[in-house]
Amino acid sequence: MQTILIHPLVVRITHWINVIAVLIMITSGWQIYNASPLFPFNVPESITLGGWLAGALQWHFAGMWLFALNGLVYLAYGIASGHFRRKLLPISPRAVLHDVGEALRGRLAHEDLSVYNAAQRSAYLALIIALVVMVASGLAIWKPVQFHWLAALMGDYEGARYVHFFAMAAIAGIVLVHVAMVILVPRTFPTMFTGRFRRAS
Amino acid sequence: MNRKFDIHRTPALANLERRLFLKRGLSLGALAMLSGCDISDQESVQRILLNMSRWNDGVQQWLFDPNRLAPEFPESRITKPFPFNAYYGEDEVREVDGASYKLELAGMIRERKPWTLTQLYALPQVSQVTRHICVEGWSAIGKWNGVRFSDFLARIGADTTAKYVGFQCADDYYGSIDMATALHPQTILALGYADETLPPKYGYPMKLRVPTKLGFKNPKHIAAIFVTNEYPGGYWEDKGYNWFSGS
Repeated sequence: MQTILIHPLVVRITHWINVIAVLIMITSGWQIYNASPLFPFNVPESITLGGWLAGALQWHFAGMWLFALNGLVYLAYGIASGHFRRKLLPISPRAVLHDVGEALRGRLAHEDLSVYNAAQRSAYLALIIALVVMVASGLAIWKPVQFHWLAALMGDYEGARYVHFFAMAAIAGIVLVHVAMVILVPRTFPTMFTGRFRRAS
Repeated sequence: MNRKFDIHRTPALANLERRLFLKRGLSLGALAMLSGCDISDQESVQRILLNMSRWNDGVQQWLFDPNRLAPEFPESRITKPFPFNAYYGEDEVREVDGASYKLELAGMIRERKPWTLTQLYALPQVSQVTRHICVEGWSAIGKWNGVRFSDFLARIGADTTAKYVGFQCADDYYGSIDMATALHPQTILALGYADETLPPKYGYPMKLRVPTKLGFKNPKHIAAIFVTNEYPGGYWEDKGYNWFSGS
């Protein structure tokens, strides 16, 4: 038996802070969405945060600091330490298609938790990109005048609202799959606390 | 509201608060998870959120570039009809009598004599086609005509080193903005909408048009303007909305 570190401490800490931050941002964001829905549906009040628009905005604009600062630490660590390169690369569209197909047929091997398959790599990479788009579109909505160049990239203020919504939908979707996968392969769960996993060698 | 509360705080009360704060802090997570009760109602959480909102006022003040202009649009992009919005319904719009109207001035201003509408109409006028963004999320493009606010402040001898400009309105609305925004070239005292006299539903006889702030920072039916260093708050701000609310 060999114990190896698969989730470095920085990744574990930023992961759990991010769970809290994203929960605050998404549930308060749903309450804000309800004040002026982009689509013909409302989010049920019971799963929103803040009670009313002003309360939700307070949560959203407090939570954004936790979310953004924590995300910056994670990104800086991931890039500087080579964590992203080691865990998420290389990645090829063909490998992603192959592994997603295998996963859907329930045939994806999961013996070695220290190596991500192509389906995982693409999902985690997409999640990181969606989170970055979330911050960028959020800044464009918050400051469409001061950061007008940013809003202009997304079709001005109204365009940025849609980008913000779809980035949220992408994050929510990936998180749902992520949680479902953890339930299907429960031994991955404790590793996000201990960072370690025992490999038969 | 907070300041008033502080005055009445005795040491015993402060002590009690501290104990409650600890207790609540401990039970916060459990409560929120188990009972589904709104975590926002906790007093300690409220305090943190309000402090963060004040911190965000500072950040926004720092981000605000007094020379950066809000985007302007061709008239073909104007939203028709431009939406009505207020803290009351459209059937309750206040009718202000233009003939007897007098704009009152107060606070750190040298020339405090009231202004009639005729005098205001006689001032040099500008116009803008800009996007009005509501705190609710929706936005609409409109055209406003009026007097550049910085020109008006100079004319009345306002102390532009003061922190705030406050507004009292004929519809019992009130609000305030920072001096930097008051002096921004696109901040205008709007006397007209789409080249016509400002209709009652858009704030007759005069509203503040600030394209660098959210819609609720654009008070309508302005009856009095004052310059001050004491935080004046605002109708929605006192209910929990962020004060600076800059775009």
